[in-house]
Amino acid sequence: MSLSRADRQLVALLRGYALLAAAIVLLILLFLVKESWPILQHVALTRFITDTSWHPVQSLYQLTPMLSATLYSTLGAVLLATPLGIGSALFSRYYAPSFLAMVYRRLIELLAGIPSVVYGFWGLTTLAPLIGRLHPPGVSLLTGILILTLMILPTVALTVDAALSAVPIAYVRGAAALGLSRWGLISGVTMPAARSGIAAGILLAAGRAIGETMAVLMVAGNVVEQPHSLFDSVRTLTANIALEMAYATGDHRAALFVSGLALMSMVLVLVGLAEFFTKERRYV
Amino acid sequence: MKNLGVIFVVLLLVIGAVSGFLKSRTDGTKFEKLVLTGSSTVAPLAAEIGKRFESLHSNVRVDVQTGGSSRGVSDARAGLADIGMASRVLKDDEKDLLSFTIALDGISVILNKANPVESLNKQQIIDIYTGKIVNWKDVGGNDAPITVVNKAEGRSTLELFLHYFGLKNTDVKPQVVIGDNQQGIKTVVGNPDAIGYVSVGTAEYEASQGAAIKLLPLEGIAASVENVRNRSFPLSRPLNLVTHAEPTGIAKTFIEFASSPQVNDLIEAQYFVPVPR
Repeated sequence: MSLSRADRQLVALLRGYALLAAAIVLLILLFLVKESWPILQHVALTRFITDTSWHPVQSLYQLTPMLSATLYSTLGAVLLATPLGIGSALFSRYYAPSFLAMVYRRLIELLAGIPSVVYGFWGLTTLAPLIGRLHPPGVSLLTGILILTLMILPTVALTVDAALSAVPIAYVRGAAALGLSRWGLISGVTMPAARSGIAAGILLAAGRAIGETMAVLMVAGNVVEQPHSLFDSVRTLTANIALEMAYATGDHRAALFVSGLALMSMVLVLVGLAEFFTKERRYV
Repeated sequence: MKNLGVIFVVLLLVIGAVSGFLKSRTDGTKFEKLVLTGSSTVAPLAAEIGKRFESLHSNVRVDVQTGGSSRGVSDARAGLADIGMASRVLKDDEKDLLSFTIALDGISVILNKANPVESLNKQQIIDIYTGKIVNWKDVGGNDAPITVVNKAEGRSTLELFLHYFGLKNTDVKPQVVIGDNQQGIKTVVGNPDAIGYVSVGTAEYEASQGAAIKLLPLEGIAASVENVRNRSFPLSRPLNLVTHAEPTGIAKTFIEFASSPQVNDLIEAQYFVPVPR
């Protein structure tokens, strides 16, 4: 069947949009490479992992502590937020009375809408002093993880909730007809059926955690050193760019674009891994 | 028909954009341009002053570029810029140039109000920042670990602080690194064992608004806007405009404007201190 005229126009339009979206990603990559090119020409790439420290004004460009800080804080937040978020979604969908579930869902949506800088401000003035009493200085990897957890919790909760609600009602009825308990229904039917949606939600949350800048910048301490405990101060790649870009010139500026490139490649690796794992499971 | 409407609107937008572009191009030739280059500390202030200057002199465009005090000096000397910007006094081999101080900048070491330490000497501050003293009890305070708050690389406050204490940033062993002055004050307010440094103007304002910080005196001189203004406070510097020869024409008008009380509010808004006139 040949496409009608309207269809053909729509296809052309959609192709244009798709091309545009793809081109923007490629342009950003190109731009990052172009801006970091001046420093890559006379500083070997290996120096970004072998230099003694990150002091770009004194031509020292060690990036690995920031890479691991980004990785640890994202991982920590995802590990904490996933069970909490799934639990919260299960509660509101299967256990809470309908009125409470509605109020609860609105509250979670509100949590998702709070700007990150507000979380950061709260973390800096309230959470950090609390943790500081436990183990000074208070601004630390742990504080960063906790703030990020708070921020991505609603993302996990809402996407898992949406994935659960998308499970065909026939499955649920079938489970009821078999006389399954509520937990049996959740663990045996709806959770497995909603698996890919849940995985997508966790990935989305991880993406938000990895890219979060302001809140982490305010609570993580920003010292560029390999963390040895949860109470050590860390600087993520995003915080590094936000902290120093405004006053950076020359090689310093280019080095910040290299840290942008590092962040971008890290996200690429994560997306690749996610694609790999979800594909493998989807057709079991 | 709908398509035609869309195309028409897009065409209109394109025509509008192109004609706007051409218009600004042709208009541009009528403007007198004033180029300032140099210190990234002075640049934001110069840009603000430039905006106000433009609103008073509609035929002038002020172009502010950063690149450090040394670039400001060399550009002014080579004539690449009409006016150079330098956040320091001119060195001896730069005395062929003229400098005009438009504002003063000072840095204060701050502690939490709950900290019993009332003053630190220069060597103690150096030892704290290089990690040789790690507990407040070694300088007469509580038995508590010191949280050293340092500024991020590239900030002029960091540069001035390091210069005054004769330190390199690789020597500094911080527990917290911050960006702007506000974040520094919030960090010290939230941590009774923290030591940090911020611009005197910001610190004095925040302390007067009830923030739980105290400004430490340096070399026996209290850290206050007053002492920065009368130039007795040691950790301070002038923000200068630099020219190669006696300024004339539009550059002269601009320097006179930047040195007049008409820009005091702009100077204070950036937490610098106006020069007594």
